[in-house]
Amino acid sequence: MQTAAVSKLENMKIEELLNIYPFAKDFFDSFGLEIFDEDLEKSFSKYLESLSEDFLEEKAIDRDSLVNSLADLVETMEEDDSTADVESITIYGGKDKNGRDENLNLHIRKGEVVCIVGPTGSGKSRLLADIEWVAQRDTPTERLVHINGEEPDKKWRFSIEHKLVAQLSQNMNFVMDLTVEEFVKMHAESRLVERPDEKVDEVFKLANELAGERFDRETQITSLSGGQSRALMIADTAVLSKSPIVLIDEIENAGIDRRKALNLLVKKEKIVLMATHDPILALLGDKRLVIKNGGINKVIEVDEEERGLLPKLQEIDDKLLEYRNKLRNGETLS
Amino acid sequence: MKFLTISGPPSSGKTSVILKVIDAFKQREMNVGVVKFDCLSTDDDKLYEKKDIPVRKGLSGSLCPDHYFVSNVEACFKWGKELGLDILISESAGLCNRCSPHIKEVTAVCVIDNLSGVNTPKKIGPMLKSADVVVITKGDIVSQAEREVFASRVKHVNPKAVILNVNGVTGQGAFELSSFLYDSAEHETLKGKKLRFSMPSALCSYCLGETRIGDEYQMGNVRKMDS
Repeated sequence: MQTAAVSKLENMKIEELLNIYPFAKDFFDSFGLEIFDEDLEKSFSKYLESLSEDFLEEKAIDRDSLVNSLADLVETMEEDDSTADVESITIYGGKDKNGRDENLNLHIRKGEVVCIVGPTGSGKSRLLADIEWVAQRDTPTERLVHINGEEPDKKWRFSIEHKLVAQLSQNMNFVMDLTVEEFVKMHAESRLVERPDEKVDEVFKLANELAGERFDRETQITSLSGGQSRALMIADTAVLSKSPIVLIDEIENAGIDRRKALNLLVKKEKIVLMATHDPILALLGDKRLVIKNGGINKVIEVDEEERGLLPKLQEIDDKLLEYRNKLRNGETLS
Repeated sequence: MKFLTISGPPSSGKTSVILKVIDAFKQREMNVGVVKFDCLSTDDDKLYEKKDIPVRKGLSGSLCPDHYFVSNVEACFKWGKELGLDILISESAGLCNRCSPHIKEVTAVCVIDNLSGVNTPKKIGPMLKSADVVVITKGDIVSQAEREVFASRVKHVNPKAVILNVNGVTGQGAFELSSFLYDSAEHETLKGKKLRFSMPSALCSYCLGETRIGDEYQMGNVRKMDS
C-alpha cells in the first residue's frame, strides 16, 4: 500500500471524500460508521481521531487498517480496465485423464462461437475452469492459456471487477431478497459501469424481449420463472459484463429465445464458449470441441453441409415453440 | 511448518473446502494435518480420519470458543511440528461474528457462502475483514450475477483479500486455492505472535455460571440496551 495514497486520504475532508468516491459511503456503512453533518468538514484522520477507543473496540475497527482498507478500495476502483483489449485466446493442449497428450493449439478470436460437446464427467467443466484460471501448466490438465498470443498477467486470476470470463452457469437460482431493478442496479454498481441507471433500463428491456413471459421491475428475483431468470441473466451478461470471454453452460430450451440470446452475446464482440447439446446452437457455432476422457479429443469445423440442416431444425423448433405458446394461452393443440 | 487459520460461520462449508484443498496438497506430496475447534460437538474429525489425515479435536464446552482457541493454538502447533507436518490447518467457527482467530503473519482464510445473504459481509467482523483470503462457497446454487454481487460486497469490506469461489462438493476452485496457499509463510513457533484483533471482552456473573434473570444477579461487565 502506498503511503502517499494513504496520507492523501487522511488529509481529505470527509465531504470531499464522499463526493469523489461515492462508494466510500457504503464502505463506512459496512464498518458500522455513521457520518453526521458535523463530520463533513473534518479531515478523514480528524474524524477517526474523534471516534472513542471504546467505540472502535465495540465496532471491531482498527484506525490504521481502516484507512489502508479504504486506500486499497480506491486503488481497485481506479484500476485500468484492461479487459477490453482481448483479441484472442490460445489454448495449448495438456494431457487427458490417462496422461495422453492433447496435441493441440487452439486459437479463438473475438466474435467467434465455440461449442463444447461431450458426456457428463468428460471434462467440460475443467476446460472452462482452465480458461477462467488462465492455466499456466499448473492445473491437473497441464494446459496452457495465452491471451493475445502471449503469457497473461496473473492478476486476471484474482480480479473481481475485471474478470476475464463471465460465466453463465446452468444454475439460474436466486436467493437474494431483491426486486429485479434493485438486483440489476446492485450488479451494475459492482461491475463499476458508467451510468448504471441507463444500463438497468437496457437490461430490463432486453430480458423481456428474450423471455417468453413478461415480468416487471418490481418482481422479486426469487419469484421469476426458470425462463425469466435465464433471460435476465443473459441480458445482464450482454449489457453489464465487460469480460471479453463468456462461458455458457447449456442455455436450456425452456421459455427463452436461444438464437436471439446467442446473437446478443456475440454482437457484443465477445469470445463465446458454449457447452451445449442443442443441435441448433451447435450449428450456430464456428467450431465444436469434442471432449473425451478429460481431453479435447477433436475439433470439428462447422461446414456449409452441416449448417444446411439449420432451416429444417429451426422449423421443428418453431413448431414446438408455437405449441408451447398455445398451451400457455390456454388453447387446444389439435 | 506452514500454518493456516481457516474460519467462517457454521455450515459455510469450511470442512468440505479443507478436505478438497488437502486433496490438492496431497497431489504435491505434502503432509497435512488439521486441528478442529468447535463448541459442543463435532464429527468433522471423523471425516479427516477417514482420509488418513492426522487430526486433533478441541471442544470449548462452557468456555468461549475463541478464547479457548487462543489458549490452545500454540500446543497444537507443537503437535503438528512433532508429527513432521508440512502444513497444519486450524479450523474454527467464529460464532459471534465478532471474533477472529486470525494471527498476524499467519495466512488467514475466511469461508463464507453465497446463501448467507447479501448483507452478511457487513455483519461479520474481523474474521472476514482482516482475512488474507476469502473463500466463497455454494456458488453452484446461485446464478453468476448473484455470485458477482456477493463477491463485490466482500471486496467492499476487505479490498485487500484474494477472493476465490470454491465449490466444496465438486472441488472446483480448490486446486486454485491450494496453489495460492502453497506459498504461505513457514513458522518456527507461534509464541510471541499477536492476534490480528483483540477478542471481545466479557466477564460477568453469567460467564461464571449464574442462570437467574434480573438486575440483582448481574455483576461485572454488564451492558444495557439504550432505552
